[in-house]
Amino acid sequence: MLLDVQDLRVRFGSFTAVDGLSFSVRQGEVLGIVGESGSGKSVSMMGLLGLIRTPGAEISGKVTFRGRDLLALKDREMRAIRGKEIAMIFQDPMTALTPVYTVGWQIAEQIRAHEKVSRSEARKRAIGLLEEVGIPAPGKRVDAYPHEFSGGMRQRAVIAMALSCSPALLIADEPTTALDVTTQAQILDLMRRLRDDHGSAIVMITHDMGVVSETADQVLVMYGGRAVERGPRQAVFHHPRHPYTWGLLDSVPRVGGPRVRRLATIPGTPGASTGGGCPFADRCAHRHAACDEAPPLVGTDHLDACWLPAEERTR
Amino acid sequence: MAADLALDGVGTTPSRAGTGPWRQAGARLLRNRSAMVAAGALVLIALACLLAPLYASAVAHTDPFVSNVSGTTIVNGQEVQVLQQSTEGLGLGVTPIGPTWDPGHYLLGADNQGRDVMARLLYGGRNSLLIGLSAALLCCALATVLGVVAGYFGGWIDSILSRCFDVIWAFPVYLLAICLSVVLLTSGLHVGPIHLDAGSLAMPVVIIALIYVPYVARPLRGQVMALRGKDFLHAAVGIGAGDARVMWREVLPNVLPTVVVFLPLMTALNMLTESALSFLSVGVQSPDASWGTIINDGLALLYSRPMITISAGLFVALTAVALNVFGDGVRDALDPNARLRGGA
Amino acid sequence: MLGYITKRFGAAILVLFAISVLVFLIFFATPGVDPAARIAGKNADPATLAQVRASFGLDEPLPIQYAMMMKHLFITHDLTSFVNRGVMVIPQIIDAIPITLSLVVGAAVIWMVLGVVMGTLAGAMRGTLVDPLVMLLGVFGVSLPVYWLGEVVNLITQKELHDSVFSWVPPLGYVPFSQSPGQWALHLLFPWLTLALLYAGIYARLLRGELINALNEDYVRTARAKGLSERRILIKHALRCSLIPIVSLFGLDFGALVGGAALLTEVVFGLPGVGKLTYQALQNLDLPVIMGTVLYAAFFVVLANAVVDVLYARLDPRVRHAA
Repeated sequence: MLLDVQDLRVRFGSFTAVDGLSFSVRQGEVLGIVGESGSGKSVSMMGLLGLIRTPGAEISGKVTFRGRDLLALKDREMRAIRGKEIAMIFQDPMTALTPVYTVGWQIAEQIRAHEKVSRSEARKRAIGLLEEVGIPAPGKRVDAYPHEFSGGMRQRAVIAMALSCSPALLIADEPTTALDVTTQAQILDLMRRLRDDHGSAIVMITHDMGVVSETADQVLVMYGGRAVERGPRQAVFHHPRHPYTWGLLDSVPRVGGPRVRRLATIPGTPGASTGGGCPFADRCAHRHAACDEAPPLVGTDHLDACWLPAEERTR
Repeated sequence: MAADLALDGVGTTPSRAGTGPWRQAGARLLRNRSAMVAAGALVLIALACLLAPLYASAVAHTDPFVSNVSGTTIVNGQEVQVLQQSTEGLGLGVTPIGPTWDPGHYLLGADNQGRDVMARLLYGGRNSLLIGLSAALLCCALATVLGVVAGYFGGWIDSILSRCFDVIWAFPVYLLAICLSVVLLTSGLHVGPIHLDAGSLAMPVVIIALIYVPYVARPLRGQVMALRGKDFLHAAVGIGAGDARVMWREVLPNVLPTVVVFLPLMTALNMLTESALSFLSVGVQSPDASWGTIINDGLALLYSRPMITISAGLFVALTAVALNVFGDGVRDALDPNARLRGGA
Repeated sequence: MLGYITKRFGAAILVLFAISVLVFLIFFATPGVDPAARIAGKNADPATLAQVRASFGLDEPLPIQYAMMMKHLFITHDLTSFVNRGVMVIPQIIDAIPITLSLVVGAAVIWMVLGVVMGTLAGAMRGTLVDPLVMLLGVFGVSLPVYWLGEVVNLITQKELHDSVFSWVPPLGYVPFSQSPGQWALHLLFPWLTLALLYAGIYARLLRGELINALNEDYVRTARAKGLSERRILIKHALRCSLIPIVSLFGLDFGALVGGAALLTEVVFGLPGVGKLTYQALQNLDLPVIMGTVLYAAFFVVLANAVVDVLYARLDPRVRHAA
């Protein structure tokens, strides 16, 4: 078990963004975390990496990475892990890089922050990384500024930078959302290839079920700061157990089959229901009395958090 | 970054039925303690100055515009001359009395014409505040019109206006103000329907407003140009709205927050400029007084009766501080990421 | 690139020309105003007025007067003062330049160091007590009238505490560097501090705002995810990007000050620099001197604008390719 998260909670004053999240990631595995905006997917990852700088934020729980509890580490120790053992890339490649330094300089900066390498050695490695992610003429592009790259190229450069120290875990927060579909496919291809070559595990955060179905080994569905379903990709996609997952899968338009007049949607607006019960209760068509109490995540390989008895779990 | 952490409105009760951005900004401003303290201070100062006639007649029983060279007053129960024989240096000349700290009798002392300094400060404050505020309003109004027109139309209109701004702004600000003041003060301004007497208070207002127009207009123009590419403008034009209508209904409301932020800051800046001009004797002219003229008046007595100059300057400084702090609060309330510098 | 420079140059010349015309018009052509009356004084009799008009060629058409003045200024270099007959304008200005430069350069060093340090502290330590404290200092710096502060400083150093704490403060005035470096610095100390206080306030506030914005940007988040130390992020990433508008503003302010915008400080502290020269000329309505000093000032402002534009491209790679 590379990463084991237990009961992660992130609170901002009276607002709970992540409410008791638990999951784990094995070596070389791809975990896809799906959910709407505001479901807490990004916040949870930033929380466990210590990237939340909002004053008054409270993070609790236990996050075991290679045998150490990340939340108990001092900032200096966490810094040694960030960028070296766990890397994270974000959604918008256009603003992810500092505009006044060349791409090569920024990649070299990360390398030299974690390894005792000379400037020329770091630069050589940067060129190699740029080539690996498929950027043409890497020898020249290493001295180019971020604004001279297109969106897709910039995201590749960001990925190159993230992988520069061969991290065991790469967290990708909606890496393809800001890109067009063709570029999206290329980036996903790249990430898969790199996973095979470098052996890093990947946590892929997305709201796009299509992306998850292509790349993930394990799937985690989040709603309202909690995990509502978790399991192997096949199982979740072919035998989904939570009403929210049903809604998500239903709302993806199908290419084949009869033409629908209206696309299916999940009624209501995103945002957990208040009141301590199941966060999805407000929008669930199967709500009943038991739902006033939040259901725990139960199961063995394929878990879900729902009170509905097994017989009613048909779509 | 706050956006992807979905932290807007964290810790506050979510406002349901759409509160407009102005009302939200107003709420944020009210929550800003330092801005509210500053606003309170401003109200107090303004009130005190407005009540200047009341102070002069009811409290101090003097007319601060009439020389009182041979008058007397009561200090510590004794009757003394307002202008006394100087005891410094060679003993020649007269020195006005210093602060008595008695509101009824020359609270802060007298100036070299025997007038009550405190009463003059309050009257002077009216002019300083009036000029500062009017100049700011005039400047912002003009700058808004010119900036919006320049940014919206672009092309040769923009070129001409921008070059005008460049010329006015390249002229060192104070120099331009001084030049204009020197010239216009000898016989007033008579251009077409506009007739301003040399001694009119409107003169410094107009001059100060004009010289700062580029300072406000350029950022506004930059903002409008950035808006030009936005879709909602295309949509408005697309449904057949005329230029004037688009500028009034679509462009103006978007630049209004920037203008509102500029107002208190410009008031402070203009007030300071007016005091500098009056200090140089090219601002407010006697018999009118302003804090700047009082600072100037007090210079001759700086070493013997420093309170005159010091108190006038403190009034200016404190008012400017309050305006700046309030202005910062307005800016934080309207847009935490406001950018008010001009485009290159 | 060459075309760009030529265009800039041409635009600069145009602006200078426009300013010279503007000054000329202000003094010679404002409607309802008679230049002779202003030169001769408010209550001059008709005979004096006629004499003034004749001797200064004020009966000629305006363009001719303007051309004559420009010729004296730029071609024959023999523009003389209206008030101090025979004293040439340009040498007067040239003599005054080193004094203004001494004042401005010294103050600039102090205010930049102060402003950057204060602004960085306030921006980096937001939420602690340091931030509002530094900002309060900044607000005061911006709100105090410079000339008043100068007078108060004089009051304290020359009179009130002159016998005790400030006995080492020399009387007002200027001592050339070549004559005595120590005295030069001593005479300039308080003028430097007074002028610097105003600008330090402005720059500290501006830098703090920029720094706070920068620290919220995505690239700072990326830098944190890379495992860099907060200090490195603050200085090498956030500060480096925040300094760009600071540097360009500094260029503009420095240019304006060298041109004589510090006239109030010079007058208050008795430093015979370009600002004081301009002020005296304005008081005496000495038009040739005014023309000379205003054009000198405008030249520096225009020059500073151009330098800043070029510098900006050096500092911000994003702009380089847009030019």
